Amino acid sequence: MSTTTPSPTLAFAPLLERKFGEKAAPEARPAADVPTIAVDASALHDVALFLRDDPSARFDLFLDLAAVDRLKLAGPASYRAGERFAANYLLYSTERNEHLRVRTTAPAADPKLPTLTDVWWGANWFEREAWDLMGITFEGHPNLKRLLTHNGFVGHALRKDYEAGQRWLCTEEDVLQTDLAAQTETPEDVFETLTLNFGPSHPSTHGTLRVVMRCDGETIVAAESECGYLHRCFEKMSETHTYQQVIPYTDRLNYCSPMINGSGYARAVESMLGVEIPERARAVRTVLAEFSRLMDHMVCLGANLVDIGALTNFWYAFQAREEIYSLLEACCGARLTSSYARIGGLSNDVPENFVEWCRRLVKLCHNQIREVDGLITKNRIAQKRFRDTGVVTKEQALAWGFTGPCLRASGVAYDVRKDAPYDWYDRVDFDVPIATEGDNFARYLVRMEEMRQSLRIVEQVVAKLPNGPVNSDDYRVVLPPKEMVYNEMEGLIYHFKVVFEGIPVPAGEIYSYTEGANGELGYHIVSDGTGRPYRVKVRPPCFPLFASFEKIIRGGMVSDAVATLGTLNIIAGELDR
Amino acid sequence: MTLTLSEPLFNALLAVVKILFVWAMTLAALLPNLIWAERRVSGLIQDRPGPNRVGPLGLFQAVADVLKLMMKEDVVPLYVDKVLFTLAPLITLTPALVTFAVIPFGSSIPITWNGAVRDVPLVIADVNVGILYIFALTSLAVYGIVLAGWSSNDKYSLLGGVRASAQIISYELAMGFSAAGVFIAAGSLRLPAVVEWQHAHLWNVVPQFLGFVVFAVAIFAETNRIPFDLSEAEAELVAGYHTEYSSFRFAMFFMGEYANLIAASAVVTTLYFGGWSLPGVAFTGLWGGLASIAVFAVKTAAFIFLFLWVRWTLPRFRYDQLMELGWKVFLPLSFFHLIAVAAFVAASGR
Repeated sequence: MSTTTPSPTLAFAPLLERKFGEKAAPEARPAADVPTIAVDASALHDVALFLRDDPSARFDLFLDLAAVDRLKLAGPASYRAGERFAANYLLYSTERNEHLRVRTTAPAADPKLPTLTDVWWGANWFEREAWDLMGITFEGHPNLKRLLTHNGFVGHALRKDYEAGQRWLCTEEDVLQTDLAAQTETPEDVFETLTLNFGPSHPSTHGTLRVVMRCDGETIVAAESECGYLHRCFEKMSETHTYQQVIPYTDRLNYCSPMINGSGYARAVESMLGVEIPERARAVRTVLAEFSRLMDHMVCLGANLVDIGALTNFWYAFQAREEIYSLLEACCGARLTSSYARIGGLSNDVPENFVEWCRRLVKLCHNQIREVDGLITKNRIAQKRFRDTGVVTKEQALAWGFTGPCLRASGVAYDVRKDAPYDWYDRVDFDVPIATEGDNFARYLVRMEEMRQSLRIVEQVVAKLPNGPVNSDDYRVVLPPKEMVYNEMEGLIYHFKVVFEGIPVPAGEIYSYTEGANGELGYHIVSDGTGRPYRVKVRPPCFPLFASFEKIIRGGMVSDAVATLGTLNIIAGELDR
Repeated sequence: MTLTLSEPLFNALLAVVKILFVWAMTLAALLPNLIWAERRVSGLIQDRPGPNRVGPLGLFQAVADVLKLMMKEDVVPLYVDKVLFTLAPLITLTPALVTFAVIPFGSSIPITWNGAVRDVPLVIADVNVGILYIFALTSLAVYGIVLAGWSSNDKYSLLGGVRASAQIISYELAMGFSAAGVFIAAGSLRLPAVVEWQHAHLWNVVPQFLGFVVFAVAIFAETNRIPFDLSEAEAELVAGYHTEYSSFRFAMFFMGEYANLIAASAVVTTLYFGGWSLPGVAFTGLWGGLASIAVFAVKTAAFIFLFLWVRWTLPRFRYDQLMELGWKVFLPLSFFHLIAVAAFVAASGR
């Protein structure tokens, strides 16, 4: 693990100290991690306001809330004096391109923290999640109820003393419809307003999302969305698996672009270990991540256009996707759930004709993009459906915690690939497309252009694809080659230790972020020094998108809600984890 | 054995033969092939094969589909209005089938009877209010959709039904006004007269292009096809008015949609593309009569292809945008067109 240094970049630290003194102090962190300040819970709300509004701080984007139960955490970070729960707020400043972690603690008995929803509205669902899974109460939260688990669930699943084998009787009591009825004044009446249940098995949700809408005619006057139908507690499962074993689970987060999830996770663990992966592996990860982004956008646009009635585009988009899947299959044997990345590199080398194959795919993708472009971009009906519907202003997008194409469509040019380059992104030339309207059409255009930029990146990387191994030679992390295992004592020991004990990741904490297809995909990993992660918290990019969906669609029509749901691209696997 | 028939009986027999012929053409020949064509054309457009396994070129796919649907369990949900629920698919299918009664599908065929040769016109009923009959019937078809939406007792279906009624109101007027130009030019409401006028002069699509455009768009709205399939809108309303239908009841909606499509194409062909006629060709005699039927069929098929092509190309309108287009664009356009045609006809003194 790299050296622990006090975070050097905190320009606002002196001011922070002057204002809050002991209650908010910078913490020493490894260089790979994001700068951190430790804040006393009593000052949390004021510090948050300061961080958002002070010109030297300006953390305008709320990214994530990772709650950690330190009950069984050994080592320096273990809990003392009753402060069992740690809450890590991840913030980002679009002005200064800087991440910040605000860490605070809550006591073991009746953990309570002030809500930050009035500072960043985007904290809303993250706090609900923390309440649901970790049992931290957020005082002043407007709607603190369970989010990912059923209302009849007992206990908080991510607490370390929660027994995973328990079963609860969850009845079909519908909280959402009654809650919504309380929000609107007029009672349901066939001729005035009607409550429309949208999902979880509605064709345009493409998964298991649910929205209950109160409609006046077809105009939505109130709505509330609900998720959790695909919740499988990925984070809890990760805690009982070795670091390598978590990779297949990450494929199931955003199943439209699994390669990005896998390499993002591997990169997080690698930076905790301080392992450098070979250049070839980095280049291949870049290529496949860009192809995955392309597939994701293809699925998003194709399905979205089906929802507005333009059926044919779906096949044009999916043909490119199928061909990319074939490339992935040739690389790792799987099409959808690739599990190709490994901590320390890749599971195996790419096929011999990888470069030609990529070039052929680039041509095909260009062609398919052109087809969709020709059918839709200048089509009057498509423009009528997309323009001025589902509008998210720049201020709203920031306050609601948007990242990725949806944030860029609202006029903020934040792209992790540009602003904190990883893999090969600092060696290639590409543009970050932005639009300013923030409506569905802007999101459509941004995605279209991003696909072309992805192809540009792929072309540049495969032109310079280096030869060499695709795995690190650090055998504490990577399985040694079979000849070594069978012929040498060390090889056998390494093999045994990696398989049985897992990779010994040094105790510590990291927030590592990747540009996923939908936005910033963050992995907040806590290690206690054993072969299994102590806590994995994923920052799913579409979580804040769906959280604000009910706000975006209000005032629009049911058809607009469908179009908006498509352009936001909510992926249930990643939303619900 | 010599068969002697009285005049009325002979006429009645002729009508029955014609009805059987037209229905055999639409129900047995065109409809299954249309279902097949829809799927093959969509395949062609979408760069995939489409159904090609059942029978030669997959031609029996429609038969297989209908058989499958007939063998499915006929689920009638508990809370539906059973009478209307049963009636609705029939109401959708019937008007489409009886529309063909007034459409001239060929010139005439000479038949020798009682020693005299007489030309039998190839139209089932040559009524002098042909177009009114068509308008009256096609407006009826929407009742099937509205009633299906209402009787299903389901919010999505209800929304579909409401959309359908709003849609038909928005486009019926524009459709009527644009078609009126045709009858002013022909000087008759009889459809055979319209065809004969076009045969003698030129196809209406040339002088009345504006009317044709409005009429064609209105036809799309009337048949609930993309870009106007709002009442169905599977991604928004979960198939809208026929969400609750299954088995053969669903198949009837399905067939109704395609029968409507054929009827609509036949009407457009008759009104704007010269019906069975070809410029400069006189269809006389038995073979001429048969050839005219073929010409009519080809023209109708071409228009059906246009329907399919549009469906697999365009996105769908939004409810309010569709009404805006109907009331604010097409209605004024059709007014303008009607006045222009009337003024021209009055000025030319015909």
